[in-house]
Amino acid sequence: MTAVVEHDFDAVIIGAGGAGLRAGLQMAQAGLRPAVVSKVFPTRSHTVSAQGGITAALGNVSEDNWHWHMFDTVKGSDYLGDQDAIEYMCRHAADVVYELEHYGLPFSRLDNGKIYQRPFGGQSRDFGGEQATRTCAAADRTGHALLHTLYQRNLMAGTTFFTEFLAVDLVKDRNGAIAGVLAIEIETGDLHFIKSRATVLATGGAGRIFASTTNALINTGDGLGMALRAGLPVQDMEMWQFHPTGIAGAGVLVTEGVRGEGGYLLNKDGERFMERYAPNAKDLASRDVVARAMAVEIREGRGCGPAGDHVLLKLDHLGADVIKSRLPGIRELAITFAHADPIEKPIPVVPTAHYMMGGVPTNVHGQVLSQDAEGGDRVVDGLYAVGECACVSVHGANRLGGNSLLDLVVFGRAAGQHVTHMLATEHVERPLGEDALDPALDRLERWNLSSGGERVEDIRNEMRRTMQNDCSVFRTEEVMQEGIQKIEALQERLRHAHLRDKSKAYNTARVEALELENLMAVAHASIVSAEARKESRGAHSRVDYPERDDENWIRHTVYFAGQPLRYRSVNMKPLTVEPFPPKKRTY
Amino acid sequence: MRFSIYRYDPEQDQAPRMQDYHLDVEAGDMMLLDALMLLKAEDESLTFRRSCREGVCGSDGMNINGVNGLACVTPMSSLREPVVLRPLPGLPVIRDLVVDMSQFYKQYEKARPYLINETPAPRTERLQSPEDREKLDGLYECILCGCCSTSCPSFWWNPDKFMGPAALLQAYRFIVDSRDQATEERLADLQDAYSVFRCHGIMNCVAVCPKGLNPTQAIAQIKTLMLRKSA
Ligand SMILES: Cc1cc2nc3c(=O)[nH]c(=O)nc-3n(C[C@H](O)[C@H](O)[C@H](O)COP(=O)(O)OP(=O)(O)OC[C@H]3O[C@@H](n4cnc5c(N)ncnc54)[C@H](O)[C@@H]3O)c2cc1C
Ligand code: SF4
Ligand code: SF4
Ligand code: FES
Repeated sequence: MTAVVEHDFDAVIIGAGGAGLRAGLQMAQAGLRPAVVSKVFPTRSHTVSAQGGITAALGNVSEDNWHWHMFDTVKGSDYLGDQDAIEYMCRHAADVVYELEHYGLPFSRLDNGKIYQRPFGGQSRDFGGEQATRTCAAADRTGHALLHTLYQRNLMAGTTFFTEFLAVDLVKDRNGAIAGVLAIEIETGDLHFIKSRATVLATGGAGRIFASTTNALINTGDGLGMALRAGLPVQDMEMWQFHPTGIAGAGVLVTEGVRGEGGYLLNKDGERFMERYAPNAKDLASRDVVARAMAVEIREGRGCGPAGDHVLLKLDHLGADVIKSRLPGIRELAITFAHADPIEKPIPVVPTAHYMMGGVPTNVHGQVLSQDAEGGDRVVDGLYAVGECACVSVHGANRLGGNSLLDLVVFGRAAGQHVTHMLATEHVERPLGEDALDPALDRLERWNLSSGGERVEDIRNEMRRTMQNDCSVFRTEEVMQEGIQKIEALQERLRHAHLRDKSKAYNTARVEALELENLMAVAHASIVSAEARKESRGAHSRVDYPERDDENWIRHTVYFAGQPLRYRSVNMKPLTVEPFPPKKRTY
Repeated sequence: MRFSIYRYDPEQDQAPRMQDYHLDVEAGDMMLLDALMLLKAEDESLTFRRSCREGVCGSDGMNINGVNGLACVTPMSSLREPVVLRPLPGLPVIRDLVVDMSQFYKQYEKARPYLINETPAPRTERLQSPEDREKLDGLYECILCGCCSTSCPSFWWNPDKFMGPAALLQAYRFIVDSRDQATEERLADLQDAYSVFRCHGIMNCVAVCPKGLNPTQAIAQIKTLMLRKSA
């Protein structure tokens, strides 16, 4: 029997990005003993890459209110977002942003000393009127500023960190409640069971299922893999956002804030083509709209460069001062990865896989939801999910820029509050069976015993290519059906793949093998859910079903591993205000 | 492309060794990290950290042809061959290019890197003028990669006492933040002979910082404030 070190905490949070750190902070401040587990040092989490900002209707630049923000988010979601959750998020937005400021986040400032805000896509005043200016920014390094501030604050509050520990699987108690997590200490290879009364998944996105992505190498959907292996569902996995402006070739992101500051897109004829697709909002139309327009331009032969495979993002007209003060990080990335100094030259860009709107379904407290036999929601005891790995669902079929960082802190805080309340008011016990750790240990053992077979690397490359070719911006039935077969064949091959390096100390090959199992689970959920949704909505664009079908498809896709798809109704009832009924989306 | 890479596996190797590698591809636009990932596909045991692959997370600091830098933003075309890769100097090696950063993080924590302001927070934001905010530029962007501190001779000799450029940069970031009220305590914390005064202005730290930050200047400012206080 493998030796496992045991720990006991009030709560264990898996993930030290913005969502996990905000949840941990809430609990530590309330006097609980939370542990945060992260496979990388906290400030190396992907939140650090977020550039443009965090959206909240502060009204620092122009009149604004949370209700307009709510309208934009519902419309942006193409009416697949849950209106109770969206109201909750938008109502709490200003508060959580002020809190971040009080924690020390170095926001850029307006002349009057207030937090600087910039316009972002899909933002309007007065329910669809003029462009709003709603995204709060620390230059173009908002994610960095936010992540470091939250980490610093957790240091101050005394949160315990398990840094460079890879969570392998959730552990269940005798009643099926979640009782903690089994993790590998990467440095030594030792196994740890972190027992807890509340477990929070905050593992971020999984953009690495695609060949071309803005996502960090660590974005491998581990939380989703863990949930699926525990017999829990994931929701709306067909909804993947392709960001309009990834640097061609490198995949590195250029924030929408560039267009917010006045940059725009050009095709090879030097035409500002967004004027044709979105006469009002132009380059600041919603991301799905801009990404599709770009893909059409490129497909119809108006792309730039020798291969006609990208368009150009022009911003030199903003002037060196604005670029240096508001967009210094972008300038650095463009020079490094596109050899173009945006003060002089436009940046070559293509739509690039960016954000997972789907995830583990939760309610507004972050409690994970499964389904009972009748298809009703069932709260999973002891388990929460927050941030990009969760689907609460505030982004529906298309996320608005700046709403993810907001989602992290609003629902990170909400989960922290709920856990605190639960532990204060209920007597929670998680009785463990003898074999509670076995499923997780078996999974590790499979790799340790592998003695021949394919390389993890080869299977991973094939999966990423398949998802890119068969399930990206434009989708059709035939291609996706082939794609599903390919992914299922790859799943089978992965079961027999070979881990050559079986050492214990800092074995990153083992980490990558375990990560690929998670990626593969996410890829399968995504393509199966996408094939089934026979309409176009938000980021999900079907060539064979180009229209939105509100009659049949205002519902969440629910995927359990190894089972036929199920569905769940979208919550059309806000908490206090009138619902926003589906309307045609124009920008 | 030819490489000579520092290898050390605590379970197998008595002592570290250098291993030659060869890659048969055009450098093109490739970054060093891309090349390392191709090498790892061949030799799974080759070990290094990485996350963002765009120079913002600070994971892949290493010593590249004798100079500390981030693999992900170092173009292959800029490197003389064979490319000699070693772990960041002066810290214990865990495996291959992975070093134990605990000492570095401890010094960072010693700087009390969080805003201290005891007055009750207002309902909205605390105001800060753009001029005051500008004082944080060149400080808050640090990605804790460790390239600076591990190129600093004073840090090598006294990693437990001399805070090193990265931690001091953070100390100064909070000292100059107009919203922070603990300036006096912060300066007092740094009064001992080692924390600050072991910096001899050698500027190695400035030369290697991949974010173009200037720890030496921040250290000089701290010294000035301390002198002013004691005068
Ligand atoms: C380039 C880029 C720019 C962006 N810009 C913006 C923006 O301007 N505004 C905005 O609102 N959104 C933006 N987004 C989206 C937003 O940044 C992300 O959605 C968000 O940061 C995700 O945060 P998170 O806390 O959910 O997860 P992450 O920050 O990804 O953190 C995940 C954490 O989980 C840990 N983890 C994962 N798996 C395991 C495991 N198995 N064991 C242990 N730990 C594990 C990781 O170590 C990490 O700590 C951007 C995204 C990208 C890619
Ligand atoms: S200037 Fe100071 S901190 Fe920087 S390398 Fe030299 S001694 Fe170290
Ligand atoms: S100051 Fe520069 S070199 Fe030093 S840790 Fe920060 S980013 Fe890295
Ligand atoms: S991988 Fe993040 S800085 Fe290089």
